[in-house]
Amino acid sequence: MLSKRLVACLDVRDGKLAKSVKFVDTKDIGDPVEKAREYYLDGLDELVFYDITASSDKRNIMLHVVEAVAEQVFIPLSVGGGIRSVADATDLRLAGAEKINVNSAAVQRPALIAECAEAVGAQNIVLSMDIRSVAADARCPSGYEIVINGGRTPMGMDALAWALEGERLGAGELVVNSIDADGTRAGYELTLTRMIAEAVRIPVIASGGAGRPEHLQAVLTEGRADAALVASMVHYGDYTCSGLKRYLHDHGVKMRMSW
Amino acid sequence: MTDALIIDYDAGNLRSVQRACAEVGLTADISADPDAVRRARRVIFPGVGAAGSAMKSLIRVGMDQALKEAIASGTPVLGICLGLQISFDHSEEGDTPTLGLLPGRVRRFRFDDPQLKIPHMGWNEVRRVKPHPVLAGLSPGDEFYFVHGYYPEPAEPELIYAVTDYEIEFACAVGRRNYFATQFHPEKSGRVGLRLLKAFAGWDGTC
Repeated sequence: MLSKRLVACLDVRDGKLAKSVKFVDTKDIGDPVEKAREYYLDGLDELVFYDITASSDKRNIMLHVVEAVAEQVFIPLSVGGGIRSVADATDLRLAGAEKINVNSAAVQRPALIAECAEAVGAQNIVLSMDIRSVAADARCPSGYEIVINGGRTPMGMDALAWALEGERLGAGELVVNSIDADGTRAGYELTLTRMIAEAVRIPVIASGGAGRPEHLQAVLTEGRADAALVASMVHYGDYTCSGLKRYLHDHGVKMRMSW
Repeated sequence: MTDALIIDYDAGNLRSVQRACAEVGLTADISADPDAVRRARRVIFPGVGAAGSAMKSLIRVGMDQALKEAIASGTPVLGICLGLQISFDHSEEGDTPTLGLLPGRVRRFRFDDPQLKIPHMGWNEVRRVKPHPVLAGLSPGDEFYFVHGYYPEPAEPELIYAVTDYEIEFACAVGRRNYFATQFHPEKSGRVGLRLLKAFAGWDGTC
């Protein structure tokens, strides 16, 4: 039986680890390569690096980070942030990223998903979606709207429709990130996660809001997610990857328990 | 001369395989040269992507023949993922005739339950059904990383060394004589996967 996955997300700015709260005011909290190695040895199932570097001339710092991590971390490595072209995707793949996350640029130009899927394989393309709750209307009948640019720009686009379109265009996996829940530590957005996970045939990674182990349990059962993404829970030492997996295992969630 | 050769045929990112080999002390070159495959001490035959385009790439450079010769000469060969799939006679993916190194077919997962995701992506338990030197380090409960929408159906049960459950039970490690192949990715399967690669590095091709 397939295990559920614990995924840790490391936001990287100018080559350093950062963590945002509600997508504003990021602060640096350490060395991404060191953290990645620590989590890998502690049983993490998958790593996501998100490049939040603002200036484009510092972008290649990220390639070095990915290379350094790929040298010593032998689990799937996913990278996102600012990917606008097939060239961006193939550069990261060569540096050692298994999966490529596309987000804002795919919203603005959906063909990017198909182009990247063609170039590096559909199973390696992750469509990452930043989503906020809105009053359901004709534009957003699901009651959830896509936002881009790190949560700053609402697009008036229905989140469920975009998830289905992303799957159709060749995305191999979805990240469902709730902007409302992000950084609150009050739990994942279960209704949103479940709605999307039940609508698509590709795996769904739930993101945003994790604060306690029971939040992960809820999103992996009730929320129907295939994987739960954590960040601040593990970055500040409140919880460990192995501890979270042990909790989930003890509460009946199928997890990989030997590493 | 390096310890191993990783076959490059435009079928995915091979550096992750190379890095994992380096981690267990196996120096591996990546090469698209069929003669290098013929000369290699051991060969790794990886791959992600579609069966049809992979077969075309192999045939175009004569790599299919070189691989067959290497196997016939007793070189230890490890197939990974798509490498395993195109080792059989036929793949349902694009209705593609494949290498025929092992008898059998490759079929697509088909599930009535829409909650069963395709591809089969993530960590799953690998259960050994009979001993093999490459699987010597495997313990009960060990999980490996999988990403695939198709699975092998060997024509002879004695080809099967390990199985995995994903709604159905399927063969995830197969082999015959000096050829061994896994549906999962040892290079992405943490220390359990590295143990498998280390066992391959020390395998003389007999079993």
